[in-house]
Amino acid sequence: MDFLSAHQPEMLPANRALPVVQGALEVPHGTTIVGVTYPGGVVLAGDRRATMGNVIAQRDVEKVFPADEYSAVAMAGVAGLGIEMVKLFQLELEHFEKVEGTTLSLEGKANRLSTMIRSNLSMAMQGLAVVPIFAGWDVDRGKGRIFTYDVTGGRSEEHGFAATGSGSVYARGAMKKLYRDDLTEEQVTTLVVQALYDAADDDSATGGPDMARRIFPLIAVIGEDGFRRLSEAESSEIARSVLERRLEQPDGPRAALL
Amino acid sequence: MSTPFYVSPQQAMADRAEYARKGIARGRSLVVLQYADGIVFVGENPSRALHKFSEIYDRIGFAAAGKYNEYENLRIGGVRYADLRGYTYDRDDVTARGLANVYAQTLGTIFSSAAEKPYEVELVVAEVGETPEGDQIYRLPHDGSIVDEHGSVAVGGNAEQISGYLDQRHRDGMTLAQALKLAVQALSRDTNGSEREIPAERLEVAVLDRTRPQQRKFKRIVGQQLARLLEAEGASQEPAGEGPQGAGSEASSDGPDAPGSGGSKDEGASGPDDPGA
Repeated sequence: MDFLSAHQPEMLPANRALPVVQGALEVPHGTTIVGVTYPGGVVLAGDRRATMGNVIAQRDVEKVFPADEYSAVAMAGVAGLGIEMVKLFQLELEHFEKVEGTTLSLEGKANRLSTMIRSNLSMAMQGLAVVPIFAGWDVDRGKGRIFTYDVTGGRSEEHGFAATGSGSVYARGAMKKLYRDDLTEEQVTTLVVQALYDAADDDSATGGPDMARRIFPLIAVIGEDGFRRLSEAESSEIARSVLERRLEQPDGPRAALL
Repeated sequence: MSTPFYVSPQQAMADRAEYARKGIARGRSLVVLQYADGIVFVGENPSRALHKFSEIYDRIGFAAAGKYNEYENLRIGGVRYADLRGYTYDRDDVTARGLANVYAQTLGTIFSSAAEKPYEVELVVAEVGETPEGDQIYRLPHDGSIVDEHGSVAVGGNAEQISGYLDQRHRDGMTLAQALKLAVQALSRDTNGSEREIPAERLEVAVLDRTRPQQRKFKRIVGQQLARLLEAEGASQEPAGEGPQGAGSEASSDGPDAPGSGGSKDEGASGPDDPGA
């Protein structure tokens, strides 16, 4: 990044000329992202919809990316800028690793992403915000951790679960009722699909599992063995079982009243 | 106290070349070999932190003999070049050929610039392809030339003798364990023809493994895994290893002579007759 800014500063997202804004800018927005920790690591998942105003811009957009071997980043907000930011973030982690011969600490990676979001602040003020979630396996502490951000780059570590994007309110509500701290990987992957289903249920910008087109939420699991993205077969299986239960109980699993 | 007013360009270049070659010859040699599933880098390196081999990009590895600070400088330059290229265009647009060209330009400029001392380094840039035919290995001597190598290559102090030894024994389609064994055998041959043992903890081994599922094919082989590989070939390859080794001692003794006479006088100095080596 330093090298890039010294040699080709115009390549950096923050240095591009700002567009003249006339009314609201219609660009694709990514919607809901959720992250949940469990004893074996952390799971990060996102729906597949990108919207442009009232229009569905893309049905199968990918919003969950590996940042490096032990971490992942998922982003909500302006898709184009977000994907570019993720690309630059991935590059920086890899570059650091190769030059220094060692990886950044998880905190170091989270701080770096914070700076990158802050550099996008002027764009965010014009409505082009990018709000990611960063999650990874902390090799030193031996546990999964989640970091969320606001548009100013403010970073906060979340314990348990986190959500961002337009459907995050509903997803967080669902996770609040379903989350326990002793879940297994299988249970956690089901939990995130349930949360995304609830988000899609109430937020028009969030897409639910699309059985007809075989488009399912993207689920990444990061544990001691590093980053792994669930295959389509695995995530479709989870989505299918969630959907089957919802045919009987449209509002999903019920929590005890007291 | 006579200051020469005129030094012929030939003499100046020969002096610089000799200076660089001597610097390189002080370091330990390292070898780069193709095997069935990729390319293996093997060298003797007592340090665990100061690497001779490094990842440059997804499919590209880097090996260097000579002065550490100089090749480290080039290595970081290479990583920057590759990362910038990959970010600007696409990951597939970073190639060993492009990188080797950049290194050749850099080394060539430094070598012929009177203001700077020549770099005492010799580099290898290797790229692993989808198939063994797609593998590329480039050797870059101190003066900025590029040599396109196939099969095996050795750089460093005793390089000519070692590459002679490797050329005769290296086959296409070796397993990793076989290639590793051959590399260690080649490296353990001293300049005077005697053999010495290189313990596993002094070996630095890395591979570019085309079967690796990740995008980044470079991997260091250390600790348990290295010990297992060294043992595995010891058990299964012993009979096969004996044959070429016995026949090889003779052949390799005329190995350095033939290219040495045609090549540089410097190699002769580090050959079998050099008591200082």
